[in-house]
Amino acid sequence: MDIFLPISIKAPVNRAVETLVSRFGDSLHVVNDLLLQGGLLPIERLLRGTPAWLMLILIGLLAWHATRRLAHAAGIVAACYLIGCFGLWDLLMQTLALVLVSTALAVLIGLPTGILISQSRLARRLLLPVLDVMQTLPTFVYLIPAVMLFGLGKVPAILATVVYAVCPLIRLTELGIRQVDPEITEAAWSFGTTRWQLLVGVQLPLALPSIMAGLNQTVMMALAMVVIASMIGARGLGEDVLAGIQTLDVGKGLQAGIAIVLLAIVIDRITQAYGQSQRLQNMTRSRETGGHESR
Amino acid sequence: MNPVEIPPPPRLEARHISKIYGIAAQRALQLLRSGADKATVQAETGCQVGLHDVSLAIAAGHTHVIMGLSGSGKSTLVRHFNRLIDPSDGDILLDGQNILSLDAAGLRDLRRRRISMVFQGFGLLPHETVQGNVAYGLLTRGEKKATVLDKARRWIDRVGLTGYHDRHPHELSGGMRQRVGLARALAMETDILLMDEPFSALDPLTRRDMQQLLIDLQAELQKTIVFITHDLAEAFRLGQRIAMLRDGQLVQDAPPEEIRHAPADDYVARFVATLG
Repeated sequence: MDIFLPISIKAPVNRAVETLVSRFGDSLHVVNDLLLQGGLLPIERLLRGTPAWLMLILIGLLAWHATRRLAHAAGIVAACYLIGCFGLWDLLMQTLALVLVSTALAVLIGLPTGILISQSRLARRLLLPVLDVMQTLPTFVYLIPAVMLFGLGKVPAILATVVYAVCPLIRLTELGIRQVDPEITEAAWSFGTTRWQLLVGVQLPLALPSIMAGLNQTVMMALAMVVIASMIGARGLGEDVLAGIQTLDVGKGLQAGIAIVLLAIVIDRITQAYGQSQRLQNMTRSRETGGHESR
Repeated sequence: MNPVEIPPPPRLEARHISKIYGIAAQRALQLLRSGADKATVQAETGCQVGLHDVSLAIAAGHTHVIMGLSGSGKSTLVRHFNRLIDPSDGDILLDGQNILSLDAAGLRDLRRRRISMVFQGFGLLPHETVQGNVAYGLLTRGEKKATVLDKARRWIDRVGLTGYHDRHPHELSGGMRQRVGLARALAMETDILLMDEPFSALDPLTRRDMQQLLIDLQAELQKTIVFITHDLAEAFRLGQRIAMLRDGQLVQDAPPEEIRHAPADDYVARFVATLG
């Protein structure tokens, strides 16, 4: 005998998505256009329009500014140059545009959400399970509805990327704020700080290393989504990986794969270097208290 | 024409302060009032008694030391005076006015203009310079940046940190950090200063220097200081009056000589014995 009751949410969910598409499809296309025209396309045009040599110089300067080491900067530039040698420069710029826009959106959503969770226990209790779902739900489960709502192309790719990549930023923002030394916040309160002053003057600066670590993770995860995003029509390096798989052209796939890895390393080194310069300051913070009496 | 000298009214006063930690605080309070002791209350209600019926008057311009062992409630008590902790029962008066009735804005104003505080672990902002730390409270209460930096520099000089205004806290020794903490509190120019074991984390020599610094400053500034310590030598050196706390209750509140010659009980006597 079958002990399982026959429960299925397939039909109602399908109906809900259908009505969503038919009723809000048009207004969602406005969102679509806004993201494309206002965000992705201008950045893509800018990145692809900039001559490669200038781009390499800019990357080099950024890398030097972040790491303060000539050798590191040179290595980062060499990695980018190698991607160009593979003939993938244009695709690289498209991928970079996608990652940048996704990351910007993720910061726009993730930072305030992380702050909210750190300040309100209710928000924390409500949102943490949502984050768990976002991180564990297989990507395709929300990729397909996103395509149905926004059509094939870059926008559903960006949205799916944001859903996937925003979680570490939210978590690490919250963690960073929660880990601020309670004696420092208490001292701030004792001087008549408002909540806003505490957040801006104390909590956010002290949480910055953690927030930067979250940002680093977000960029890395956004990059990891590039291949999957290419399945729904986002252009870029993932496209070549996909084409390589589909035509059994292992070399082509590997080449594009290596390019993605190199880009990941480049972005990782630069964002980590920015996080660490702050971290050094905070590692040595005034923690050596006597601690004779804790209240 | 009254021949009897009327003592000055206290600047700060705690009246019958009790602090209970736990959800059944009301029931715990009732038990305490009916004469139950700490252990009974904890067994019956699950509540921790932080303070029980403490009344203390702090005279203007005096250094009033609050002493006790770890867990005696002295750090809890001092936090009631600027309401970092709110009491479960009792009143806190500042110049005769009950500060428990203040709303959020009133409380901020109290902390910005009347009472400042120095912490055992310094509580400095690691990402700010010495000058930024000293200026913190002034900026918080909305003073102009130009005048603030000037004021901060003066107080940095006053506590003996001339030339260190650009440094970050992690570049300083413990004693220097607490000088920053002291300058930050003094820069507020409040008439009341709360000091929660400010020198306990320092080595004995540095501690002596800091005590001397405080004595010198106090001779000039005449602030009302509530000073927490577990070191009776420090209490004798700094205090005009010493309050002894034990298990959240006030055991004795008297001038140093009286503590020395007429300890109220065994607990106080044992403290005095450590002086040799």
